[in-house]
This record gives sequence, C-alpha cells and structure tokens, in this order.
Amino acid sequence: MGGYFSDIFYGGKSLLVGLSITFREFFKPTVTVQYPYQTIKMSARFRGHIELLADDTGSPKCVACGMCQRACPSSCISLDSVSVDIEVDGKVKKKKVLSRYDLNFTTCSLCGQCVENCNFGAIDFSKEYNLASTRKEDFHFDLLDRLKRLEEKKA
Amino acid sequence: MSAPIQLRPDETFILNVGPQHPATHGVLRVKMEMDGEYIVKAETVLGYVHRMHEKMGENRTYAQYLPNLSRLDYLGALGYTHGHVLSIERAAGIEVPERAEYIRAITVELNRVASHLFWFGAFVMDLGGFSPLMYAIQDREHILDILEGVTGSRLTYCYYRFGGLYNDVDDEFIEATKRFIPNMRKSLKKYAALVTGNIIFHKRLEGIAPVSAETCRKYGATGPVARGSGINFDVRKNEPYSVYSDFDFDVPVYQEGDSLARYKVRMDEIEQSLRIIEQGLAKLPAGPIMTEKKPKNIKLPVGDFYQAVETARGSFGIRIVSDGDKNAYRLKLRSPTYSNMHLFDETCEGMLIMDALAFMGSLDLVIPEMDR
Repeated sequence: MGGYFSDIFYGGKSLLVGLSITFREFFKPTVTVQYPYQTIKMSARFRGHIELLADDTGSPKCVACGMCQRACPSSCISLDSVSVDIEVDGKVKKKKVLSRYDLNFTTCSLCGQCVENCNFGAIDFSKEYNLASTRKEDFHFDLLDRLKRLEEKKA
Repeated sequence: MSAPIQLRPDETFILNVGPQHPATHGVLRVKMEMDGEYIVKAETVLGYVHRMHEKMGENRTYAQYLPNLSRLDYLGALGYTHGHVLSIERAAGIEVPERAEYIRAITVELNRVASHLFWFGAFVMDLGGFSPLMYAIQDREHILDILEGVTGSRLTYCYYRFGGLYNDVDDEFIEATKRFIPNMRKSLKKYAALVTGNIIFHKRLEGIAPVSAETCRKYGATGPVARGSGINFDVRKNEPYSVYSDFDFDVPVYQEGDSLARYKVRMDEIEQSLRIIEQGLAKLPAGPIMTEKKPKNIKLPVGDFYQAVETARGSFGIRIVSDGDKNAYRLKLRSPTYSNMHLFDETCEGMLIMDALAFMGSLDLVIPEMDR
C-alpha cells in the first residue's frame, strides 16, 4: 500500500519537474533560422562540389595530369587535353592544355582525395550548397565552363 | 446481416513491422506472429539496403575505400573510418604522429556523443515523448557544427587519412569544444530530470526485455547492449588502440539487463566521452598531423589483419586478407548492430508489441550499418 502512494507522489512530482523544464524553453532565444530568407554562415572548410582554380592570367591552373581522375573512388571526374604549340624564348614547344573537365556530381562522395592528390593546387571545394534539381543531368558539371563564367564575372 | 467473424482461441496472425516503419529507424522488416497484442514469434528480415560494401573493398584501393566506411553508420561515422585507417596503418607499419591520434580520439568521442544524443531523442520518441528529441538535436547540432568546422562535412566524414589527418584543427575548434563540454553537462542534468526521472519512462522500461549476459555472449552482442547486461567489455579498455590508454575514463556497466539499463549505460557514456575530450584537449601535443613520408599507393604485405575499435554501437572489426596487391583480397566488416539485432528475435517472444518496439529502440539499430 505504501508503494502505491509513493508511486503517485513520485510520479506526480516527476511530471511537474518535466513540465517546468519544457516551460522554461518558452523564454529561451530562438535557434532556428527562416531559410531561405535567413541563412547561416557556412564554415570555411565546407565541402561543396569541386571547382577548378585559375592562375593570375585567368586560365586554369590544371595541367591535365589526371591524378584526380585516378584517385577518385567513384570515377566521377573525366577530363581531356589538347596539345598546343606555344613559343617560349623563341622556341616552339608543345604543351598540354585542358580542354574538358567534367564532374559527375551524382556519384561524388566528397571525400576530397582529388583535392589532396592534386600537385598543382588546381582544384578546391566550392562553397555551393544550394543544389537542387529534379533532373540528374543538372549535376553533370562542366567545370571549365564554370571557371570561364566566374572569371568573366570577376573581370 | 453478416455472421460475426469466428476466431479460434489459439489463432494467430502475422504482422509486418516495416520495411518502412518509423519504429525500425530504417528499412528493416520484422515479421511478427501475433496472438492479440502478444508476440508469439518474431523474425527480422534484412537486405533492403544491402550495398555490397565488403565487395567494394575488394575492388578499390585502400585509400579509395575510405568514404565507404562513413556510409556504414551515418550517426557515428568517424569511429568506423578510425577502424579502417588503424587497420591499414598497423598492417603497413605506418607511424602516426601523436597529435593526429589525439585529434582522432577527440573527434571520435565527439561523434560518439552526437550519436548517443540522436539515439536518446529517437528512443524517447519511440516511447511517445517528442520534446526530448528537439533538445537532443539542438545539442547534437553544436557537435555537428564543430565537426563541420574541421572536416567539412556534417555526417559522412572522410577526415582521417593513412598516416594522419586531412587537415589540422584550428583554435576555433578547440574553443568551441571547450565551450561545448559544460553546456553538454548542463543538458545531461536536464535530460536526467526530464526523462530519466519520469515515471512513465520508468514504467515503460524497468524490467522490460531482460537480456542475460549469456544471451549476449551467444549472439556476440557488444557495446552498450552487452554492458547493460553486466558484461564489462569495452575495446578501448580491453585492447587499447590509438591513444586511449593515456586517458582516464570509466566503463559504465549495469547488471539488470533491461531496457532501462541499456539507456543508463549510454547516458553515462556521454559523460565518460566528455571526460576523454577534456583530457584530450588538455594534453593535445603540438606537432605534425601527418607522417613525414606521406604514404601513397599503399600495398599491404601478404597476410591477414584484424583491427577492432569501439564505436558508439559496439565493437566494430575490420579484417583484411591481403595478397600483396593494392586492394584487399578479402575484406570483412564485423558490424556491432548486426549481432545486437539478433537478440531481438529470441528476447521479444511473449512480449507486448509496444514493449518489443521500446526494446528495439534500446538496441540502437542503424540499418545501413548492419546491412552494409
């Protein structure tokens, strides 16, 4: 019989304690933000899809060695290069120039091994997080084209 | 007028819980033979999210397999990648700088707290309480922000590398973690008052689904499930790896074996993890985060290698059989929830269905991890 009454007392008390905790939440500041009207600051190391980086002249730093392509676990990078004759100190030399750099973002797992394996610092993570589409073709990025557009915007 | 349905007194019916059911936390199907509200027999059916992770490990190089490990258990991903890098480092004889190991231990423990917090919220929601989930997610959010600051991702981290880390932690990480610890301790007190002390919570869990230590051994259950049944086993203590032998922490063990004991083990583990993080931050040595000679194109010597780590759900083991090539000949993942789940079939016989679902919640199942 004593157990019965102590249960009622203990139970009632525990419920009141719980209610007082949830009641206190009324007076706490709001932590949610009203996306998309408000956004939060992305962290500096946020990993979006990769992007090509440009050198001072505006052309990609990439030398088309293909290290990123080989390192990728899900082979989502494909690139091509063309051989172009350039004149250095009066001599004509052949140089490999990047002609195509496609990223299939649908299979990318953002592990960062392409960025790590690049010996020329030519790729980095973008800060793009607003990616949404109903078509998967929208996630096949032409990064060379993207770099061109970004450089034009800058100029 | 139609005749009333005639049921034999001993007639049972089959109830499918899942594969899409909020109580199973993933695509797990439980075929239950029911006698009214009581379970006569239950059978768990797996395979809905099988992705051939072991086979993928045999077709990819060791480095390319890194992102796969964090796709096993999306709530405590760092513990699994830790196991993989440790196994390769031990097999290939790669020395890891002390700073890197300390950062690994700190981030793994942070991830463990995040995993337990999410389990806590989801578990109480299984029992019908919604607000604790919101509080738990709010606390977990701080951890995810801290981890995003160093790793760049919020859930499926790919941060550890063979021989070290992807990048070093900054002062912001250390400051934020130091701020987080006292806040988390305050929250733990709040949870103790709001949930642990609640009478409904107690009545739903106390003495429900007792699992004996013998059953745990039979099925190979590890982690909080085994420790709730009185088995004092924690890989961090029993076979110390990484820098865990430098830390002073306790392994919470409860003898009761009921759902409440498993709950208490996890809540105590959060406190122990906070202690490890505190000590780790205090002892964090300066120095490099990567070995001097960064390993590339790793080939393991011919042999058979095994490494176990304690993840949030139990003992995770990775076994690599190497024939000297740059990818494994055979790769076996021993995932803790796969063993823990098999307790369910035997234990829930004769239980009420709502108790069985509370019991399933207390096992902390992550389906992609057991189905891998």
